[in-house]
Amino acid sequence: MKEHGADIGNKKAVYAELQDVWVGYYNKWVLKSIYLKCYQGEIFGIVGPNGGGKSTLLKVILGLVRPQKGVVKLFGHRPDKHTRLEVGYLPQISKADRSFPVTALDVVLMGLYNRIGFFKRPGSKSREIAMEMLARINMAEHAEKPFGLLSGGQQQRVHIARALASKPKLLVLDEPSTGVDSVAQEDFYELLAKFRDEMNISVIMVSHDIGVITAHADRIACLNLEIHYHGEPDSCFEPEIMQKVYGKNLNIMVHDSRCATCSLKKHEHND
Amino acid sequence: MIEIFSLEFMRNAFMAGIMLSPVLAVVSFFVVLRRLSFVGVGVAHSAFGGIALGFLLGISPTLTAIVFAIAVSNAIGYIGRHGKLSADTAIGIFFAFAMALGVVFIGMSDQYNVDLFGYLFGNILAITSNDLIIIALLGGFVLISIFLLFKELLFVSFDKEVALVSGMPVAFLDHFFLTILAMSVVISMKIIGIILVSALLVIPGAAASQITDRYIPMIAIAIAVALISTVGGLLFSYYADLASGATIVILSSIIFFILFIAGRFRR
Repeated sequence: MKEHGADIGNKKAVYAELQDVWVGYYNKWVLKSIYLKCYQGEIFGIVGPNGGGKSTLLKVILGLVRPQKGVVKLFGHRPDKHTRLEVGYLPQISKADRSFPVTALDVVLMGLYNRIGFFKRPGSKSREIAMEMLARINMAEHAEKPFGLLSGGQQQRVHIARALASKPKLLVLDEPSTGVDSVAQEDFYELLAKFRDEMNISVIMVSHDIGVITAHADRIACLNLEIHYHGEPDSCFEPEIMQKVYGKNLNIMVHDSRCATCSLKKHEHND
Repeated sequence: MIEIFSLEFMRNAFMAGIMLSPVLAVVSFFVVLRRLSFVGVGVAHSAFGGIALGFLLGISPTLTAIVFAIAVSNAIGYIGRHGKLSADTAIGIFFAFAMALGVVFIGMSDQYNVDLFGYLFGNILAITSNDLIIIALLGGFVLISIFLLFKELLFVSFDKEVALVSGMPVAFLDHFFLTILAMSVVISMKIIGIILVSALLVIPGAAASQITDRYIPMIAIAIAVALISTVGGLLFSYYADLASGATIVILSSIIFFILFIAGRFRR
């Protein structure tokens, strides 16, 4: 048994842990022997090519996919109804549901539905919490705007307010850079770091965009069916790791002096 | 204007139409949001197999149609969830299978004077006070249950995956919605017909979505569209001596086009 990655000390609680997790579809492994630890108060980035198993790994953490082999633990327990309430989820921002007839406030309120319970409507208390969340993401003045008319960046912030409204301990993000322009992305990651510090939550995000992950994650894992690296962002750029994760198509993924293809052809990059 | 209400069948037809309008409107609201129009078409057509089975067994076709339609709609949902097929393909198969079963059942039954045309395209002369009771009971059940589960159904329609992660019982809600969709189809079959009812499972919600982007006004407008279509359609069909179900659907389509054009000028 091998344990990937540097342990950052035993003081902090482990919020998400995967031990020797294997997942396959139709006789093909999508995840092979995944070991992963995410601690309280850190932004954990998982980077890898499309088709490398990132979304499956997210689904395993969210409890939507049960691994064929291995152990998944959230806050020290097997994922169940109770751990679900402690996890917030941000989907990829899609342009598909532009006409869905809800306001920004309605979307944030959805984050409280599981606390409100069946057969009841959101009351004034829920609206208060939702408005407070909107104020924290600087969207209070857009509360009554149709969600579909907001920009990608605004929609993403509303989703973060929704996911955090029920005060989860862990936030899971799927490709947070998709559908959001670069200025909005910067604001978004700033907001994410703010929530990490204020609420002391953990964030797990997956992306194929290595630049975004390394710039904003506290620790990262590089995933392509297996985990090739698990630790501080900087040392992920070891050429052999990059080659393993991205293969020969690396040059279209990254344009950075440290990347594998560039370091193989050093004369092209002097900086 | 008064004479029309002195006829018992017209009174029954109006009562059925007025009770069905909010049911079809609210169901269509979710059909449009969840993009289930084709499921509506498939479930409506499959009810034909159930009607024919009722004739073959000599029991109430409404009863067998309800059982049949609920079974088919849930089977479509199950295959869409678990199979390697898309729901779309499952609908294509069940739709044809149930219709074919219906033709075979009718052929096997010894009742030759069955008013199949009335079930397919609606026959307001056939609406009995028993039908009104069934519409009131099942329609009431559909409306009350949607009212009680509204926020959960809205959340699942908005984003199924997020709803699932938030602990919503997505599988239950999906099958529940398919069940009430099937009920709505069957209770509408005498007034509109199973071929035409799929139009009213889409048009009220689709028409309303053209001119508003809030859900409460959208539902209110959908109900208004359905009421104007059924009541207006019944009146017009009576005076112009046209088929009631078809007139209702044509009127609702015209309202859709008017709101569609109004919606283009809104922004």
